[in-house]
Amino acid sequence: MEHKVTYKPFGDAAILMAWQSEISVSIADDILEFEQKIKALKQANITAVIIGYSSLTIVFENRYINYLNEVKNLKKIYKSKYTGLKKPAFIWEIPVCYDLEFGIDLQEMSKTANLEVSEITKLHAQKLYRVYFIGFLPGFLYLGGLHEQLFFERKSNPRVQVAKGSVAIGGKQTGVYPSESAGGWSIIGKTPIDFFNINLEDPCFAKAGDFIKFIAVDKDAFLQIEKEVKDTSYKISKTRYHA
Amino acid sequence: MLKVLKPGFFNTIQDKGRFGFAIMGVPVSGVMDGYVTDIANSLLNNSLDSAVIEITFGCKFQFLCDTFICVSGGDFSPEINHQAIGLNKKIAILKNDVLSFGKIIFGVRSYLAVSGGIQSEEILKSKSFYKGITTDFVLKKGMILPILEHVKKETIANASIKVDTSHFKSIEIRCTKGPEFELLNLQQKKRLLENRFSISKDASRMGYRLNEVIENELPSILTSAVLPGTVQLTPSGKLIILMRDCQVTGGYPRVLQLSENAICKLAQKTTGSQFQFFLRAL
Repeated sequence: MEHKVTYKPFGDAAILMAWQSEISVSIADDILEFEQKIKALKQANITAVIIGYSSLTIVFENRYINYLNEVKNLKKIYKSKYTGLKKPAFIWEIPVCYDLEFGIDLQEMSKTANLEVSEITKLHAQKLYRVYFIGFLPGFLYLGGLHEQLFFERKSNPRVQVAKGSVAIGGKQTGVYPSESAGGWSIIGKTPIDFFNINLEDPCFAKAGDFIKFIAVDKDAFLQIEKEVKDTSYKISKTRYHA
Repeated sequence: MLKVLKPGFFNTIQDKGRFGFAIMGVPVSGVMDGYVTDIANSLLNNSLDSAVIEITFGCKFQFLCDTFICVSGGDFSPEINHQAIGLNKKIAILKNDVLSFGKIIFGVRSYLAVSGGIQSEEILKSKSFYKGITTDFVLKKGMILPILEHVKKETIANASIKVDTSHFKSIEIRCTKGPEFELLNLQQKKRLLENRFSISKDASRMGYRLNEVIENELPSILTSAVLPGTVQLTPSGKLIILMRDCQVTGGYPRVLQLSENAICKLAQKTTGSQFQFFLRAL
């Protein structure tokens, strides 16, 4: 499906392509397809292609670009048919321990939402989440598809330190903190999986367009997996996603 | 080799940055003031993306081999073996020479470039320090940094480049409209472009928060790309100017975008410094 895309200059050397401002699978698919097309062209003067929910930003190496020419070129690419192979999408199974020891905000959330703690974690582990893009921190996945009963306002006072691996909910989104950082989301559990590991050939296994499924595990299993992740023997279970 | 005798405060190795990994959420990083490092690297016949040491406060190094250096950027009273040396000048170094930085005369960031560039580990195609990416993210006492031995054969022409002092003193920060500029009302635009702003205590390689407030009821945007030099307007009405270590995406309206040169100028300003935005048509 073709969408309405507008082009805007973003400083002297970048162009922002804006789709209709909404979070939708159809827009995300369209953005991904465009990203694949532009990647396939291997234009040497492009230093970054940054995906957002409803935008794509192309950063050029040149200090100044000929904006009108570049937009013309991008429009042509957008209209062109993608002839390459469609990038396969995977469903990654991410073990999460939802014990109160890790899910430090679960009890408070249970009160505000009038939901049992077990209900919250069950709803969270039930859904398949699409990876819209990666941003904020290296390996931080923007996930869509959260059950609406689990929408929680961000904290008005963010925590100074959120532990690496914390699984959290912020607004209509859920996500995992790939490293220790400040953060304003409500924490419901912890995963032993590394979402960004600089020592691996591919530091970030998940890609925009993939899916995440959270699997509830008890603390013993959590500790065992944590050990295996450390000695690099753990393999994250993945399956092909078929739309 | 180059030994760190005194690590100083938040001094790092930087090249021009880490490109091509935004898709994993990896920041660009790189020298805060690329204008002055271009001068230093040029004087040494280095490629412009050669790694240098970015210095924000007092440190001391010892050279374990002969080489050439050039110090550029802020004037932190650099001395070789207690003898003052000039900035923006190619200087011959002998094995065991000690380079120290002391009193800050002007500027916020000084740079040490060495012949051939610092040869430290490259991760994701860059030597720029960043926590979680490179093994170290600040210089530490006793660190040995690899540099190339470069024995003095040539007589050095006494050349130095004069850096325009406006780079440090001018309060004019040039920018273009950000993607959400037109969402601002007339009063907000006037406030943004007709007043001076000052840098708050919260100023780092990631970004500078400004002190002044612009009345703001703009909603957040759907998370989208941000770049070094993007000026964000937060719901509280405070502005944040993103710098080299900034995240790759953000959710606040992007009201202005600094020119590359303006980012370099701002890199030489810090807490308390005042400046004004000047809008340039694209």
